[in-house]
Amino acid sequence: MGPVLLTVQKSTPVMVATEKQIVTTCYHCGQACEKEVLHLEEKTFCCYGCQTVFEILNTHDLCEYYSLDKTPGNQHDVVGDDVYAYLDEKSVRKKLLKFDSPDFASVQFYIPAIHCVSCIWLLENLQKVDAGILRSEVNFARKTVSVDFNPQKVALSRIGQWLANIGYAPSVNLEDTTREKPGTNKQAVLKLALAGFCFGNVMLFSFPEYLGLDASDASLMRVFSWLNLALSIPVFFYSAAGYFQASLKSFQQRQVNIDVPIAAGLLALFLRSTYDIVTATGPGYLDSFTGLVFFLLIGRWFQSKTYESLAFDRDFTSYFPLAVQKQVAGQWKPVVIYELAPGDTIRIRNLEIIPADSLLLDETAHIDYSFVTGEARPVQARQHDVVYAGGRVIGPPATFLVEKPTSQSHLTSLWNNDAFRKTDERNYQKIIDRAARRFTWIVLGIAVLTAFYWYYTAPANMWLVITSVLMVACPCALALAAPFTYGSMLRVMGRHALYLKNADVIERLAAVDAVVFDKTGTITLGDKPDVSHTGSLTGEEYAWIKLLTSYSTHPLSKSISATIRQHTNDIVTGFKEIPGKGIEGVIAGNVIRIGSASFTTDNRSLIPTPSGQVFVAINGELRGLMTVQASVRKDLKGMLGRLDRRCVALLSGDTDGDRDKMQTLFGEHVQLHFNQTPHDKLDYIRNLQQQGKKVLMVGDGLNDSGALKQADVGLAVTDDTGIFTPACDGILHGSQIQSLDRFMQLSKVSTRILKAGFIISFMYNAVALSFAVTGHLTPLVAAILMPLSSVSVVGFSSIGVNIAARRILKNKSI
Amino acid sequence: MMIIILLISISLTIAVAFLVVFFWNIKSGQYDDMYTPSVRMLFDQKKDDNKPVS
Repeated sequence: MGPVLLTVQKSTPVMVATEKQIVTTCYHCGQACEKEVLHLEEKTFCCYGCQTVFEILNTHDLCEYYSLDKTPGNQHDVVGDDVYAYLDEKSVRKKLLKFDSPDFASVQFYIPAIHCVSCIWLLENLQKVDAGILRSEVNFARKTVSVDFNPQKVALSRIGQWLANIGYAPSVNLEDTTREKPGTNKQAVLKLALAGFCFGNVMLFSFPEYLGLDASDASLMRVFSWLNLALSIPVFFYSAAGYFQASLKSFQQRQVNIDVPIAAGLLALFLRSTYDIVTATGPGYLDSFTGLVFFLLIGRWFQSKTYESLAFDRDFTSYFPLAVQKQVAGQWKPVVIYELAPGDTIRIRNLEIIPADSLLLDETAHIDYSFVTGEARPVQARQHDVVYAGGRVIGPPATFLVEKPTSQSHLTSLWNNDAFRKTDERNYQKIIDRAARRFTWIVLGIAVLTAFYWYYTAPANMWLVITSVLMVACPCALALAAPFTYGSMLRVMGRHALYLKNADVIERLAAVDAVVFDKTGTITLGDKPDVSHTGSLTGEEYAWIKLLTSYSTHPLSKSISATIRQHTNDIVTGFKEIPGKGIEGVIAGNVIRIGSASFTTDNRSLIPTPSGQVFVAINGELRGLMTVQASVRKDLKGMLGRLDRRCVALLSGDTDGDRDKMQTLFGEHVQLHFNQTPHDKLDYIRNLQQQGKKVLMVGDGLNDSGALKQADVGLAVTDDTGIFTPACDGILHGSQIQSLDRFMQLSKVSTRILKAGFIISFMYNAVALSFAVTGHLTPLVAAILMPLSSVSVVGFSSIGVNIAARRILKNKSI
Repeated sequence: MMIIILLISISLTIAVAFLVVFFWNIKSGQYDDMYTPSVRMLFDQKKDDNKPVS
């Protein structure tokens, strides 16, 4: 008795030839129709959701959508009719609408599903769907759509509903209502534009001077000089203002950073030139001054590359829905979640998230905590059990009694940890600032020495020489090396699907000597388990299993149902689900039982079924065994091998069912910790840091958010950059996790390139200083040296980074 | 000599005018989305067949 009779066969090839399998793809989303095939107007659809979208588009004459891009749609589930009802609540409405009047209103929705030309076309033709919509405009980079509509003709909730129905569900959460639009980038561009404009014109007016003018043109020279001065004033007061403010700030903090010598140099240049022009003693160095500001601002602009559609600073609020159904005077009414108070009764539907710690009022409910704890399987809660915020209801709607407001729930207490109070400016000393400090003291020393020398030899020239020293000491090339090295690296990594929050992360990544992984969602794919089938089941019997398991909401049933492709038209009678044991039903006169070994065979003496194993018995005879295991991402072995000792630990919120599998994958030296709470993970990282390690945490869910924040570098892994990722320093696409070690190597190389760039710029400064201390720094020499040093440093770092990236990332196939 | 001064003042005025236009472009958000407009202009306006011929 038992599994002994089973002949071992791997699953999919078993699919028997009695049923013809033609892979039909969905007309809407282009995916293979695995679960069911629906037909409408000679087109095939994989699910009811896709078909509905087609129907809507068809009735509104919008089928051009399908001709612009092939299978542009997204597979999606049909949502209930009142999911967006809360949008009409006054408080929500007020926050969302950009403009509101009785017959005209304007709103902007964030729609993660926007991905192609067809999306733009469809979303800009919304007025065909509903006459109340006046105009809609897509911003592809931000994945938003702005809709102007007539509130008398169409409600805001209706627009949300329309969008969801055509497969573009808007993502509305608390963050939207509080988010500020970034305007600093625009400022930077304006400053850069002004500096560039003035630099060009000043250079033009300085040219005659360099080429040599006759004495007869002296009056013209004066005109040019005054024009130069006029053009430099806006550069000094607007474009360069940031450097002066930054150096003032660093003086207040009693620290010397790179901005101090820059500000000193700029100030010396401008004042010396103004003095020269006003006293008519020379043409000044204004071309060098404006050029410097221009190059410096280009560096800043280049480094500030950001990924607009990605969010790195999300906290728990963006994970919760905006509103929830609350019982008010016997009726269900949508309320905003931060208005929830203890004692409120709320109703949560299938796949919705519980917004606050509460008590279950119904008899039972299945709650999926996978995102909060990393535990893969839903837990069953009974009446009056406490359920925690962040859990997801699986199955029929359930009612809860709120115990604590959202902001005080068990989950959000993680955000009160010290790790989240830290500002972004950590104590980390940047390489550039260390270099700048040394640089500043050297320059000051030289300036003082030359001042003494000239004071005793030719006191009249002393001030001129001091200003010259400060002018050429301005570490422009030094300041450009970092933005261009790290900025180029940021772009290279972005092309390989690692999106970093900013360029500083590269420097921290280079210093990492301990890597910690999360399991569920990072190493394994939580939502697509491997199901292997053994036994002697026929194709028809597989179809029955699929049918029976599709009745159950248990995650094992769902996984099994999803992997079987045979379909049957038979029906189930007498379906029973016995919690903790299995399911039973009668199909075509056969009693089918699926579940644990004891349940399927009536043999009590059998050892307990290992988790993830499901037995199938037909008419009391054991016929098959299905093993459901979390599937591990591909090609991890090589990456873990190359990380070697640097890979320190695996922290999982899940049970230790996969321990053996993980230990063979990671090797003996890696510590495996299971059943870890989010707090445990954070503490583990902190411990490592106290041992002097620089830690890289790779995780994905809310349960890792504390660890991601605490770690020196926190990378969130995701397979879809549109969905939620916790606050982190970078987002890594799931398909690229096997290159993690290469990204670390690249960041090390960039630090080396940066240091080489420093040496080059120091050499230029040394040459220029030799001119300055001897009193030979003419405007012409300055005008040649400064751009030359900047351009060569910029060229060196950009080319260096790209060559290094090609060399390191090319080895990928090996 | 006067002619150079005159020419320079004219050219500088025009250049400043362009700078001002650029500032206005940035501030009014014309460079916010660099992708969508390039696609949008290629969409054909489909003829409305249902409209009665007048």
